[in-house]
Amino acid sequence: MPCSGRPNTASCWKTGRATPPSGFRSLLPVTRYTSATDADRAEMLAAIGVESGADLFAQIPEPLRLGRPLELPDGMPEAEVYERLAELAGRNADAEREVCFVGAGMYDHYVPAIVDAIVQRSEFLTPYTPYQPEISQGGLQVMFEFQTAMSELTGLPVSGAGLYEGPSSVASAGYLAIGATKRRRFVVSRGLHPHSRETLATYAEGFGAELAEVGLADGLTDAAALAEAVDEETAAVFLQSPNFLGAVEDVEALGEAAKRHGALLVVACDPMTLGVLRPPGELGADIALGEGQPLGNRLDFGGPSFGFFCATEEHIRRMPGRIAGETDDVDGRRGFVLALQTREQHIRREKATNNICTAQALNALAAMVHLAWLGRRGYRELGELLVQRTAYARQRLAAVDGVELLHTAPVAREFALRLDAPVGPVLERCAERGIAAGYPLGRDYPEHEDGLLVAITERRSRAQIDQLAEALAAAIAEHPSRGSLFADRAKKEPRVGGRAR
Amino acid sequence: MTLAETPMQRERAETIYEKSKPGRRAAALPEAEVPTQPLEELIPANLLRSEPPALPEVAEPEIVRHYNRLSRRNFDLDTGFYPLGSCTMKHNPRLNERVAALPGHARLHPAQDPRRAQGALELMWLLQSSLAEICGLPHVSLQPSAGSHGELAGLLLTRAFHADRGETRSKVLAPDTSHGTNPASVTMAGYEAVKVATNERGGVEMDDLRAKIAEDPDQVACLMLTNPNTLGLFDENIEEIAALIHAAGGTLYYDGANLNAVMGHSRPGDMGFDIVHVNLHKSFSQPHGGGGPGAGPIAVSDRIEPFLPRPQVVRREGENGHGPFFDLDLERPKSIGRLRGFQGNFGVFVRSYAYILSLGADGLAEASETAVLNANYLKARLAEGRAGKRLPVAFDRHCMHEFVLSGKPMKKELGIATLDLAKRLLDFGFHPPTVYFPLLVEEALMVEPTETETKESLDAFADAVEQILAEAESSPELAKRAPYTTPVRRLDEVKATRRPVVRQPL
Repeated sequence: MPCSGRPNTASCWKTGRATPPSGFRSLLPVTRYTSATDADRAEMLAAIGVESGADLFAQIPEPLRLGRPLELPDGMPEAEVYERLAELAGRNADAEREVCFVGAGMYDHYVPAIVDAIVQRSEFLTPYTPYQPEISQGGLQVMFEFQTAMSELTGLPVSGAGLYEGPSSVASAGYLAIGATKRRRFVVSRGLHPHSRETLATYAEGFGAELAEVGLADGLTDAAALAEAVDEETAAVFLQSPNFLGAVEDVEALGEAAKRHGALLVVACDPMTLGVLRPPGELGADIALGEGQPLGNRLDFGGPSFGFFCATEEHIRRMPGRIAGETDDVDGRRGFVLALQTREQHIRREKATNNICTAQALNALAAMVHLAWLGRRGYRELGELLVQRTAYARQRLAAVDGVELLHTAPVAREFALRLDAPVGPVLERCAERGIAAGYPLGRDYPEHEDGLLVAITERRSRAQIDQLAEALAAAIAEHPSRGSLFADRAKKEPRVGGRAR
Repeated sequence: MTLAETPMQRERAETIYEKSKPGRRAAALPEAEVPTQPLEELIPANLLRSEPPALPEVAEPEIVRHYNRLSRRNFDLDTGFYPLGSCTMKHNPRLNERVAALPGHARLHPAQDPRRAQGALELMWLLQSSLAEICGLPHVSLQPSAGSHGELAGLLLTRAFHADRGETRSKVLAPDTSHGTNPASVTMAGYEAVKVATNERGGVEMDDLRAKIAEDPDQVACLMLTNPNTLGLFDENIEEIAALIHAAGGTLYYDGANLNAVMGHSRPGDMGFDIVHVNLHKSFSQPHGGGGPGAGPIAVSDRIEPFLPRPQVVRREGENGHGPFFDLDLERPKSIGRLRGFQGNFGVFVRSYAYILSLGADGLAEASETAVLNANYLKARLAEGRAGKRLPVAFDRHCMHEFVLSGKPMKKELGIATLDLAKRLLDFGFHPPTVYFPLLVEEALMVEPTETETKESLDAFADAVEQILAEAESSPELAKRAPYTTPVRRLDEVKATRRPVVRQPL
């Protein structure tokens, strides 16, 4: 093997020897995570029966050997790596430094300290997938508990152990729907997260399906258009509630079109709203799924998190990914195993129900600990808190001069506004005041170039909401084009909520 | 053998729901602080939940105790040897956890304006560049969430690449030794999976490959390979294989599960691969987490680049004397589109980049050297004594980072199967190797020690195998009924599939 890189000038601190065995590089200073000393290496080569480490790499044809060091920096001591990464981290405006009203699928919730303590335990952090159940009961039982919790939250009897994240779970539901219905057409609400719609379209290029999109009217999926779009060829109807604009959809009414034509009803939901909102399982959903990040997982600039995926009994053998199940050991003790493995790639190969291997087990554990910490009452109270603060924020912000509601549909924890000044500069002015004011809807909805999506978590206090109102007012008032956007119509009185008062 | 029950065995597994009592709680939430209104005035009553979901009601001390006790019912890499083939169970540095938890990483919103997330985007760009160099391919997308997700991405890229040339192809080839994800991804991507045979040296059977291509060259979209393959053997014919596939117009896909064997020694791009996925949770030290999270970035050649998923992290030259600017490029007209939300598993990127910085060029190459040395040493140790007779290596040549044994003679001569050996190893405090994979080796045991292990650990494992085989000569029942010391003993997996109970009844 090429013994490249640093010259072997220094003596090795591990052995005191200056010369490594043939074919090996000097151990100094690159061996922080390996243990083989020069003496070990010499003994091991002898046991293998070769003269040089190079003999082991001889199976790589000569022209394919790199023959030079990788063009990467030299290794660094731990303290220096820390400083380098801290320097990079310091150039990000994170939610510790900015008051974060951005949501759009991932939210700045408080993650309780016990979550960190438990997920950092070696016994949860460092095992592989539980292929040997006798020594993986901890992880398997957590999966079982997690499945129970997600089943309770969504009101559907079967939950998987966890998928990559939200949008790819939507795509996996599409794959399931094709298998279940033998049809290849999806009807998708424009209220479904834009990343979910795009991911579903990416996957559909592969497994072969066409997508029809149904638009929104005053923030909600256009029911008439949906009813018209669903036909006998439709495999599944995809809704999200609350939808991307924050509006709580009447899933039950919208779902009738799917039921009528024998299509599956797939509902994406926000797990932090299900203490308050009726669960998809009660509304006719065949599959309920979503992004799990709000439960116990950090923002992490988008991942890792997990996707949850729940379904009715009839789809249990088509589910994607790992599922833990209860069983007994030979002495009759209760235990847990990976159930229904005959669906999976490592058994079924090209006939598998999905190619996924991961269960995002550590992220699902974080969610389970967070849910246990909240408990039955805390979970409900948190949902109510979000609704109340969101109602306050929505009214407070809509009262700002130059701000109006983008829609008047009921909301739970996020809502959409229209600004009477370009959104980009307004966001910049707010950022100067230390506030990330929201998500610019124009990124995904050209028809809402003036739209701002504002998210509320339990971390956003009334005082912060008031600060946001002041910041928005100032930023809009200062902008030279202020007034031009709303000029074409009279300012509407905001009417918030689901019923007229 | 009769053994007294261990304390952990005596303890009946109780879920957190069974520890729940109405009235207990842990969380104290903030006050509303705002004027509140009845919920029905904010959201129509028919959209409101009548009863909160039945989550457990437990105080914090009991939650901590419950999950700590559960954790002790797991075996983990920080505690012991974990030679699980194909999984690269290498040390997970704690430094990586510390830097991933910095608020600038952990509390950064994924929709943050790129101008206010320059540190994160630069880190992603640096990781992309590092992986490009390690793989020998110029372009990297970090988006895929796992190896299997990278495979799907690679096949969708292949489809887009051919479509762009006005071609439609239907078949994807993969050896019979391939990971199960390969054919599963092939089907998901809308292709037909075609199996290629393995030759007597453990590599691709060239005649079979030629025949499978010749059947219908215009239909060959891709060949998926792992190199070194799942037998731990480097395919010496790789250059010819690449030439054959490219001549037929197909792409060559590298399943990076075994990259840990060749870092700094040989690069998939130089071997002729067009698309490579890298398992950051294998070669680049992201903890496996008991089954995720990981990440499966892909590196690709110039001709595949236009089709990469969007968004792509790019480095733009600064203007007016400003330094470079890192951005998310969404304007990619030929892109296959998104594979997931936002930018990928950034927390994993931080850990893997910290690992690459820690080891550097020389350290990565040394890691691969030691991984290969450890595997060959353990193979040599297991070629001695009883193991050498009862558990012969499937393909007798030097291996790379892993090797495969066959338990066929052991089963025939001692009456104990590979599964029994694996279960008995649990009593000796070892995680067993991967069993019954790859499929073409009867009673297979796939052993990957990684560079993490000391010579002493490897010796202890070889000694344990020897002892199990010795005891099986006189009392095979010992292994057949193993394990005895684990929190539960052998579990009824058939029951869990025939009559699945997948949640706690409440």
